[in-house]
Amino acid sequence: MRRALWILAVLLSHWRRHPMQFATLLIGLIAATALWSGVQALNQQARTSYDRAAAAFGGTRTPMLVAGNGSAFAQQLFVDLRRAGWPVSPVVEGRVQIAGRSVRLLGIEPVTMPVEASAAAETGRTGAQAFLTPPGQALIAPETLASLGLTEGATPALNDGALLPPLKLQPQLAPGVLVVDIGIAQKLLKMPDQISRLLIGSAKGPRASLESVARDRLRLVQPDAETDLERLTDSFHLNLTAFGLLSFFVGLFIVNSAIGLGFEQRLPMLRTLRACGVSARQLNSVLVLELVSIALIAGVIGLVCGYFIAASLLPDVAASLRGLYGAQIPGQLTLKPEWWFAGLAISIIGALLAATSSLLKAVRLPLLATAQPYAWQQAQHRWLRLQGTGALLVFLAAGLALWLGDSLIAGFFVLAALLLGAALALPVILGIVLAGGERSTRRPLVTWFWADSRLQLSGLSLALMALLLALAVNVGVGTMVESFSRTFTGWLDGRLASEIYLNAASEAQAIEIKTWLKTRPDVQAVLPGSRTDIQFNGAPIELLGFADHATYRDQWPLLDSTSDAWDRVRSGDGALISEQLALRMKLKPGDRLDVPTPTGNWPLDVVAVYADYGNPKGQIGVNIDALVKHFPDISQTRMGLRVAPANVPALITAIRARFGLDGRNLADQTTVKTESLAIFNRTFAVTAALNAFTLGVAGVALLTSLLTLSNSRLPQLAPLWAIGITRRRLAGIELLKTLSVALITSLLALPLGLLVAWCLIAIVNVKAFGWRLPFHVFPLQLVQLLGVAMLASLLAALLPILKLLRMQPATLVKVFANER
Amino acid sequence: MSGSRLTRRSLIGAAALLGLGGSRVLAQGFAGLGRDAEGFTAVLPGRALTFPADHGPHPDYRIEWWYLTANLTDASGNAYGAQWTLFRQAMASGAQGDGWATPQIWMGHAAVTSATTHHAAETFARGGVGQAGVTAAPFRAWIDAWEMRGLENFDDMSVAPLDLSASSAEFSYRLRLDALQPLVLQGDNGYSRKSERGQASYYYSQPYFTARGALIVDGKEIAVTGRAWMDREYSSQPLASDQTGWDWFSLHLPENEKLMLFRLRQKDGAHYFAGNWITDGKSEQLAPGAIDMAPTVMTEIAGRRIPTSWKVSIASRGLQIATSPLNSKSWMATSFPYWEGPVSFTGSHSGTGYLEMTGY
Repeated sequence: MRRALWILAVLLSHWRRHPMQFATLLIGLIAATALWSGVQALNQQARTSYDRAAAAFGGTRTPMLVAGNGSAFAQQLFVDLRRAGWPVSPVVEGRVQIAGRSVRLLGIEPVTMPVEASAAAETGRTGAQAFLTPPGQALIAPETLASLGLTEGATPALNDGALLPPLKLQPQLAPGVLVVDIGIAQKLLKMPDQISRLLIGSAKGPRASLESVARDRLRLVQPDAETDLERLTDSFHLNLTAFGLLSFFVGLFIVNSAIGLGFEQRLPMLRTLRACGVSARQLNSVLVLELVSIALIAGVIGLVCGYFIAASLLPDVAASLRGLYGAQIPGQLTLKPEWWFAGLAISIIGALLAATSSLLKAVRLPLLATAQPYAWQQAQHRWLRLQGTGALLVFLAAGLALWLGDSLIAGFFVLAALLLGAALALPVILGIVLAGGERSTRRPLVTWFWADSRLQLSGLSLALMALLLALAVNVGVGTMVESFSRTFTGWLDGRLASEIYLNAASEAQAIEIKTWLKTRPDVQAVLPGSRTDIQFNGAPIELLGFADHATYRDQWPLLDSTSDAWDRVRSGDGALISEQLALRMKLKPGDRLDVPTPTGNWPLDVVAVYADYGNPKGQIGVNIDALVKHFPDISQTRMGLRVAPANVPALITAIRARFGLDGRNLADQTTVKTESLAIFNRTFAVTAALNAFTLGVAGVALLTSLLTLSNSRLPQLAPLWAIGITRRRLAGIELLKTLSVALITSLLALPLGLLVAWCLIAIVNVKAFGWRLPFHVFPLQLVQLLGVAMLASLLAALLPILKLLRMQPATLVKVFANER
Repeated sequence: MSGSRLTRRSLIGAAALLGLGGSRVLAQGFAGLGRDAEGFTAVLPGRALTFPADHGPHPDYRIEWWYLTANLTDASGNAYGAQWTLFRQAMASGAQGDGWATPQIWMGHAAVTSATTHHAAETFARGGVGQAGVTAAPFRAWIDAWEMRGLENFDDMSVAPLDLSASSAEFSYRLRLDALQPLVLQGDNGYSRKSERGQASYYYSQPYFTARGALIVDGKEIAVTGRAWMDREYSSQPLASDQTGWDWFSLHLPENEKLMLFRLRQKDGAHYFAGNWITDGKSEQLAPGAIDMAPTVMTEIAGRRIPTSWKVSIASRGLQIATSPLNSKSWMATSFPYWEGPVSFTGSHSGTGYLEMTGY
């Protein structure tokens, strides 16, 4: 034991003499742990809130009965099923507007509610008196209460004037949901005697067959381990996880090179220790012990950093999830103990993984080993061939997945395989390029330049791989975001055809405004619009009513349509549906939808599919008159105005002066577009942030690799110096070498990045968000990234070069004398 | 826990629904039955019961039940008991409202007892939508798939013939009930006093049912015949605030005589006794002082000590009997648990009946 402590003290003394190196090791471990656990914390936070949403009142954790077409059905079926022995409980669901914000309203029946479905929200058999008896209660999560700016006990009015029962805080409830008694919900949703679904309790007992009671009107939906929200947001979390993993591995590259350097420098020390009688096993145990201790310290710091990363990204993540999927994530980060353990474990495992090669070397350490560059190169050659074969296999797998796969997972698999294969192939390709360079010249120094670069490859290859991956992902994500941005802007131009948008304070005012607008010669057309949210097949869907006007026929870009689409829409039985709804529900023009409305189900034929980028909800576009007919209470206060652009400011001023509408209710096209773009940009803020992190980590990886190399390669440089090449010249050659391998890597990263972008756009985006984008290449962006990569390489190379420049000739002599 | 909550016929579950429990129950009697009757119609002496109207629900009273117990035997003479109960409780007095706004909660209990097994089940429903309810004419009381339904030639005065069914995962039964004699009024012409301080209920019974049908217990069908007893009772505040529970007998005596008696336990130990002796359709109230009932055997069930055997004597009628349960573990493990099961008795008289004990 005492001996082990002595060995540890000797080993640790190295870090005291090289604090910078120790810092690098710590930074690598901290970066790996922090990014990984930060991303995990975000995912965990989101999952917890999905679970809350799912568990409450039989979201998807309870088997249930729904109508064949997902629409509402008669309450009598509930009674008939109960009378036939089915332990069912009715739920009615819809959306209501409170102060212009759309909220999901859930009507439950606590008396028959299965215990397992109500347990999560504790609204079951206890506390039911106040919930059931007038005026009742509207259960609300603290987050929703805060975001509506209301207090407990308030009775807010819905947009149609109806009052909610007094609000009651229910911390277990998912955000964005209001829960009231089913009778109250039916009234508020104007769905008398209608229910959306029946939860099935676990009580066993004789029961009649479903068909004998409900014929074919209801179908059984088995509980799902995965919630709808989880399924919808899977891609987003997968995306986060992918970035987390990438950062983790890049962090490990740093650790690997730091440990490699430490080992290289401590070789004489290890040899001396062995020579003093320390057994290989004891030496290795102490080495592992040392590593684990460092990993633990770094893990704790990494976790704290991870917490802060997660906390700082959470608002953006929450905004993205809300914006993209309507998922409500609380803004306060809460972490489970598992998270801390997992973080520490990942730090230790990562450190051990990164140190494997060094530790193996230490095991096999010959007592009197010297540098053996030629043998090293031979070994490297074999290793490269193996790696090249691996890369080919991985590429093959990617091709297979692309050909056979259809899911989001397959998409990510293709991406991962592509990146891994490219990383594995990189040293092979670099080796070929460098060998080509070596053959192309006869000048001794240049030949040496190429040959030595090749020799350096194995030491640098991990860092270069990190650089390749970081760059490729950057190019990919950048191209996707930019493609999206451009498509989105063009699409906004088509969709936001009116020059002015206004929302009157009341229907009376809307009529007043319309009358007044008729007297204005500068108004070319008034296009009334209306929208309402419905709950359809368990997901919120937006119903959009628009007038029959040439503006839409001319400007609304349709992806797919029947020939008489616009006429069918005008007649009220045709509907345009958004691309994401079409993908989600597998609908195409010619299919039929049964939309639940307060006046009964509304059969609609799908006549066209249109792009609706950035909208979390599926959307159905219908004729406004038909919409009003089916939703008599819909608010009709919105309208768009067609005006010559030159007249817009004057008209806005006039409307503002006359009707007192403020910026929220009166906006010109430019403002609306700017706001839409701002929302869109926020969506990708997290991606961009993680992207930057990854590139930064890749830079650090390159730096530490070069530091490692610069030290271990002194024996190669010393002879050159000895034959008369100046240190300045040597430094120049070194810099040129680093930059040229970095440049080759970066150049390889560009096509790889474009491939990644294509995968993201053509596979991942479609599966994840439900929209397809045209693929654009942005050369300027590529050049910029190339510049950034070269700058990062230059900065990383500078420190070792400066060291070489300042190196005392005596040191070089010593190295030359000792190592040769 | 024990002794502090009790009531006749376990309105219990409904009270569980309303979130009553713990200390509030201590103050207000078992399951809220001791609460103030504010807003509900008070039970007063002298009201004449009318039929079939009073077979139906009385939503202006706080609570009400349709209660049926049957003592049955199979072909080889093995004894069984069956219970079917529908409770109604109003969450609020006043306007009844439509559909879900109806402030009524319904609760069903059903059980089948043999010497070795006791299975119980319960279910709940809101009023107003059709999941549970009672109609006086044609007579039908139901909750979920459980039903008590008047058959063809139904007679309002004898509440017969009836078709009775209930089912759960472990058991189901279906019985046909016939009666040749009319129903009887309990207490003083249907006014049944529950304390010295005016607490009372309206109470009538049909103790003369003959029953035949089949039980299915643990997957085995058993043909049975026997006798059954229906209790109908409604009130707005049947218990005084210091009453904690009760012990209730309904007994089929020889010579077609029937005996109903109960003891309402009070915190001060001065229990309130009441009962009716029914001969040839004539129901005579027993003087409280004439009834003597005392536990003889205590059984430990679900962590409570329950008096499952009794000595009962009514000197004025020459009755002195000892009762013993068919199954001492006739425990109703429902939302608010209680003991209810068939009993047999010997002594000056012998026969079978049912015992219900709450608030232990």
